[in-house]
Amino acid sequence: MNALMFYVTLLLYFAATVCYLVYLVKPQPATGTASRWLITAGFVLHATFTLVRYIQDGHTPITNLHESLSFFSLSVVGVFIFFERKFKIFILGSFITPLALILLLVSTLFPMGITPLNPALKSKWLVVHTVVAFVGYASFAVAFGAAVMYLIQERFLKRKKLGGLFQRLPSLNTLDDINYRCLTLGFPLLTIAIISGAIWAETAWGTYWSWDPKETWSLITWFVYAALLHGRLTTGWRGRKAAILSIVGFLVMLFTFLGVNLLMPGLHSYK
Amino acid sequence: MNIIVVGLSHKTAPVQIREKVAFAPTQMDKPLHQLVAIPDVTEAIIVSTCNRVEIYACTRDIAGGMARIKRFLADYHNFPLETLEQHLYTHHGEEAIRHVFRVAASLDSMVVGEPQILGQIKTAYGYAAEFRTSGIILNRFLHKAFSVAKRVRTETKIASSAVSVAFAAVELARKIFNDLTDKTVMLIGAGEMCELAAKHFLNNGVRGVMVTNRTFERAVKLAEEFDGKAVPFEDLFDQLHKADIILSSTGAPHCIIGPRDLDDVMRRRKLKPMFFIDIAVPRDIDPGVNDVENVYLYTVDDLQEVVAANLQQRAEEAGKAEEIVNQEIGQYFKWLSSLEVTPTIVALRARFDEVRRTELEKTVAGWKDLTPEGQKRLEALTNAIMNKLLHPPTSLLKQGGQGGRTDLYVDALRALFDLNLGVQGGEELGELEE
Repeated sequence: MNALMFYVTLLLYFAATVCYLVYLVKPQPATGTASRWLITAGFVLHATFTLVRYIQDGHTPITNLHESLSFFSLSVVGVFIFFERKFKIFILGSFITPLALILLLVSTLFPMGITPLNPALKSKWLVVHTVVAFVGYASFAVAFGAAVMYLIQERFLKRKKLGGLFQRLPSLNTLDDINYRCLTLGFPLLTIAIISGAIWAETAWGTYWSWDPKETWSLITWFVYAALLHGRLTTGWRGRKAAILSIVGFLVMLFTFLGVNLLMPGLHSYK
Repeated sequence: MNIIVVGLSHKTAPVQIREKVAFAPTQMDKPLHQLVAIPDVTEAIIVSTCNRVEIYACTRDIAGGMARIKRFLADYHNFPLETLEQHLYTHHGEEAIRHVFRVAASLDSMVVGEPQILGQIKTAYGYAAEFRTSGIILNRFLHKAFSVAKRVRTETKIASSAVSVAFAAVELARKIFNDLTDKTVMLIGAGEMCELAAKHFLNNGVRGVMVTNRTFERAVKLAEEFDGKAVPFEDLFDQLHKADIILSSTGAPHCIIGPRDLDDVMRRRKLKPMFFIDIAVPRDIDPGVNDVENVYLYTVDDLQEVVAANLQQRAEEAGKAEEIVNQEIGQYFKWLSSLEVTPTIVALRARFDEVRRTELEKTVAGWKDLTPEGQKRLEALTNAIMNKLLHPPTSLLKQGGQGGRTDLYVDALRALFDLNLGVQGGEELGELEE
């Protein structure tokens, strides 16, 4: 039953991605409506799946790579739906849903069974630390999508190629604005995740900070985004610079999340 | 009842003729009342714009109605009919409907897809409604034309792109800034196109205008016109950072703004985007400016290319629009014909019944030993004959005739049986849903 829910979600994300991509090339109202319904249905099912898993596991289902990737994907879709409703930028979906689909697909590469909870993770901090971290990651993912769109749109404007895709993409200012809003959502969440992690580490391992690779890379990610936000607020790093930096930030973040878990053994390497 | 169109447009008449037969919007009552006073003309609407003068009318006699309306146009404007006739076109039946649908959908406009024409027809219809010269046929017809125009507008991209350089500049600015209401436009130099573009930006809500010119007095004068601020030319680089959109058209032989000049400007702007539009020939702004981060430079040639591409797109979309018009004509024509069906059937039955009664009365009057029972049977017999005979034509008409051409059947029946129709079938009006 649970597995079925997971695969139907995967199927819905796949269908939504196809519709969003078709819409990008050939915009038609019917395709647009279909993609919106598909992604919403996928989100609801995915959330239900996660909830059921929480009840079955008896703990927050973000304790192995499969669960983490799945929750990451869920957060990306959730944050995307929020921003799409807020900014009425439908086309954002053509750049975000493929990402959510890939994350969910990658999650199937790892064992999907319920693993007994690592004793070290048995804490009420688990839910705060992980959920906050992943919603923060998801905000950065949406910022990444908006940044990619910004660079494409900027290129069109500079090269004076004002064809169909140019018409469909939103204005530079709107994309820059989304990028900024995502950062102002993601950055505090990342900060809370790091602080809550430190507090938890103190209770679990007896030390706030042990320069474990995950901690180090989280700090690097934090610095990248802090620099971006600082630059934005003081010297006006906006537009192209902000877009490039949020793409860099996202890649560093991905490495913090996946690279560290897979390549660097440490306290956080839960597989 | 027939809808006819008599008129002339930019396609058939030069402006010298068009302006002679145009109607002043302030006194539409007089010509409208004169039109409906013409024998056979029951309803009329006058559409008078700078590109066309057209009369839509409802008449029983197509040829006569057209001739009288032509005469009216010539007489009203004291214009020789022989000359006028060379420029006039007339339409009736399906062609009249197609024509009005196409005009309303802006398919017959000089710039296909321009949005003003629909408003102009609505105004024209407003006059006719006010002076009660349009009735059930034209009311319905015009509302249908409006809905066709709306459908064309929403289902095709016929009007979605700018086809003038000034509008193209505004649209590009929107693609950079999204919202123009807190943006400032700066004009460097003066020139017709520059001022036109500035006007478009103002109409689209920009917050302020700055004007600079080598002759400061001219800058002041132009600034007054736009309710803006004049800037001495020497202060250009001190003030440039305050402008988001720069329209430049000086007579300078060399570029006046280069990429290096923008280092300081962009720093002061905290890298907020700038949009330069260079209308001058030779150029005012160094092409290298386009390579500065967050700065976009378009020349008048670039904008013209945008316009050309948009025109091309409009031409493609016009094909789709014609398709929509065709569909809608079919629907409307069906409804229009159905309007005449019921009265025709009623009149046909009345005609048959009249003959039956007259003949029956004659027979009964001369039949001495006819029993009441026999009379009843005679009644029944004649009724049955009449109903049997009328059944096939009635059901054929109700089904809409063969090939959807009810109008042909209606006309034939009226001529064959000399049917006189008084009032139109007003009850059926509700059937055509928009």
